[in-house]
Amino acid sequence: MKPWRNYIFITLGSLILLGTVYITHSFSSLENESRDISLGLDGLNLEPFRNGTVGDVTSKALDLDRYIDNYMEGTVSILPDGRTLRSFNIHAVNKEIEIAPGIFFPAWTYNGHVPGPTLRATEGERIKITFKNLGDRPHSMHFHGFHKAEMDGAMLKQMVPEGSTFIYEFDADPVGVHLYHCHATPLTQHIHNGLYGFWIIDPKEGRTPARELYMMMNGFDPNYDEENEIYGVNTIAFHYERYPIEVKQNELIRIYLGNILEFDMINSFHIHATFFDYYPTGTQEKPRDYTDTVILGQGERGIVEVKFPHPGDFMFHAHKTEFAERGWMGIFRVLPMEETQ
Amino acid sequence: MDGNISGSSNGGDTMIDESNKVTFKKVTYGLIPLILLGVVIYVLFREGPLAIFQKDLPPVEELHVMRHSLAEDVIYLDIVNSGPDPCTLAQVMVRGAFWQHGVSPSRTLKPLEKARITIPFPWNIGEPIEINLLSSTGLSFVYEIEVASTSPVPTVKAFGRFALLGIYVGVIPVALGIAWFPFLRLLGRNTLGFLLYFTVGLLVFLAIDAVEEGLEVAEVLPSVYHGKALLILGIAGAYLFLLGLSTRRVNNKGNADSTRVVAWLIALGIGLHNMGEGLAIGSAYVLGEFTLGALLVVGFTIHNATEGIAIVSSILKEKVNLLFLVGLGALAGVPTILGCWIGAFTYSPLWAIFFLGIGAGAIIQVIEAIVGPRSRIENLAPLNLLGLLVGFLVMYGTGLLVGAA
Repeated sequence: MKPWRNYIFITLGSLILLGTVYITHSFSSLENESRDISLGLDGLNLEPFRNGTVGDVTSKALDLDRYIDNYMEGTVSILPDGRTLRSFNIHAVNKEIEIAPGIFFPAWTYNGHVPGPTLRATEGERIKITFKNLGDRPHSMHFHGFHKAEMDGAMLKQMVPEGSTFIYEFDADPVGVHLYHCHATPLTQHIHNGLYGFWIIDPKEGRTPARELYMMMNGFDPNYDEENEIYGVNTIAFHYERYPIEVKQNELIRIYLGNILEFDMINSFHIHATFFDYYPTGTQEKPRDYTDTVILGQGERGIVEVKFPHPGDFMFHAHKTEFAERGWMGIFRVLPMEETQ
Repeated sequence: MDGNISGSSNGGDTMIDESNKVTFKKVTYGLIPLILLGVVIYVLFREGPLAIFQKDLPPVEELHVMRHSLAEDVIYLDIVNSGPDPCTLAQVMVRGAFWQHGVSPSRTLKPLEKARITIPFPWNIGEPIEINLLSSTGLSFVYEIEVASTSPVPTVKAFGRFALLGIYVGVIPVALGIAWFPFLRLLGRNTLGFLLYFTVGLLVFLAIDAVEEGLEVAEVLPSVYHGKALLILGIAGAYLFLLGLSTRRVNNKGNADSTRVVAWLIALGIGLHNMGEGLAIGSAYVLGEFTLGALLVVGFTIHNATEGIAIVSSILKEKVNLLFLVGLGALAGVPTILGCWIGAFTYSPLWAIFFLGIGAGAIIQVIEAIVGPRSRIENLAPLNLLGLLVGFLVMYGTGLLVGAA
């Protein structure tokens, strides 16, 4: 055999060898191809075509079952002039929260929760809020409502440095459902990161007895592209879809509703199979709307009063469906009359 | 230098051992730096001077989709962690909506670890689909399926169909080009030089084409794989290997064989190039970016027929039998089929780059063999240079017809 032939054979041989390795390597990946879509490959049961997150939150940082109807009423004392003084202790603190199953976000919080505690007082009471900043940068508390300029918590000089305490004092006025939030700059980030909450002022004569819930429509942009990836009420995506809110048939339900969403122009609220009275900001006695859908801009809030005439499971969600499919989706589980009696 | 080392350490006592015997001393001296390296690495990781640099920095997360495939109502994504730190895939969004999915074998991937995501999603044919992979810190990694279409499953029928595609664009055109062999033999000496340079023109174009294609693939590959370095490795490796091969042979033997070897090498280089072409066609076909229209078939036929001419132009003076020509044609054309199969059923950009590099290196070596220092052609004859130009322009012109691939 001529010597050069050896080299040709070596060349061809090594190429065939390489090619074989390549092809077997490539095709071996096809073997794991599972066409059975009913099985979650990591042990979870997959429901085909179902929109939603996989799994459940494992962190105990947020307690949404408590944080839908748990109100902070502060400590009450009587002032020399006979008025009621209601005192609250609030602190700002950094905390990692789980905003959707498996997704963790380094939040800035009031009292370790997003949204912060829902403060509740009665019209005309004197309010004293001792705010301690345990965060790592200046924060503030800015309350919607009537108050003196130095209590506004918005100007640069009104920021509370980290480690310091400031006492806000004002009267509970006007009646309604309001917000409080941090007003430090960059404002978008301070609000987005979690520094906001409800501030409810009840009328002196009280409201009609009802099952009362609060829902802060919020969202998160964990990749900082100025677009929310995760939406919900009271933070965790799809939480009230996984854990429906149980209510009774024909029971009056009052929802304190607010929208704090950053980056999006509007948010909306829609309930299935019923209509509701809507009181914007909760300041008027008469409802503005009798509807099943309302639109809220950022900072808008209002009171929804609703009854479910039929038992069963009913969705409530943003009728901006993009938000709904990114987590702003819940279920009311309406228990039939006979069962609840 | 050797003398310095041994002289300074042992006072000239030890000489460099010229024999290939394995001695205790050799082994020990060879192992000492390795052992020291091991100790240094252990200390760095274990005792943590590196921690100074790692402190306060969040982990770098990077998920990369290597490949997607679609079956009815299911999307499969093959992902790899291309970052330096472990990364956990928390959720998947399809078109901006969270979607149910499964991950195998694990949601938490170590660097370079792979996983497959199964997403039951009722996709529609022809539509683009944007998929967002969210990590546990909420970082998102976007992947776009440009046109949704059912991925071929490797059945006999599908293999047959893609083999046919490869035969159309690779085997038949090359065979047609080789069929010119008897005609080309009738041409005179001047024409031979023209033809060889014409071939070089074609090959230069193909080499540029292969490098460009390789760079394009390297661009989409995560940087951790060093796609460009791999391409250069393929080019240099193939070039040096074939160079060594052809020079050794020339030293050993006479001229009759050398031209045959050049023909084999041209066929080999073109075969590897055609395999790359097949890869591109197969995967483009699957991704829905390419349909084989009549114009494309014609384009490929003309484009690749010139490759046939290139192969035989170096052996016009030789006595050859039909079997030899068939062998050359097969070596150049059949890899197209292989490329189509791989591109259609399973596509690894990593290997594609490597093969494109080998193809380019082989072609460059062939160019060197034809016009290099050992060439027997009068290099700067005007007719020859014209041939070079025409060859390049023909490839350029026919290349316009097959712009898609």
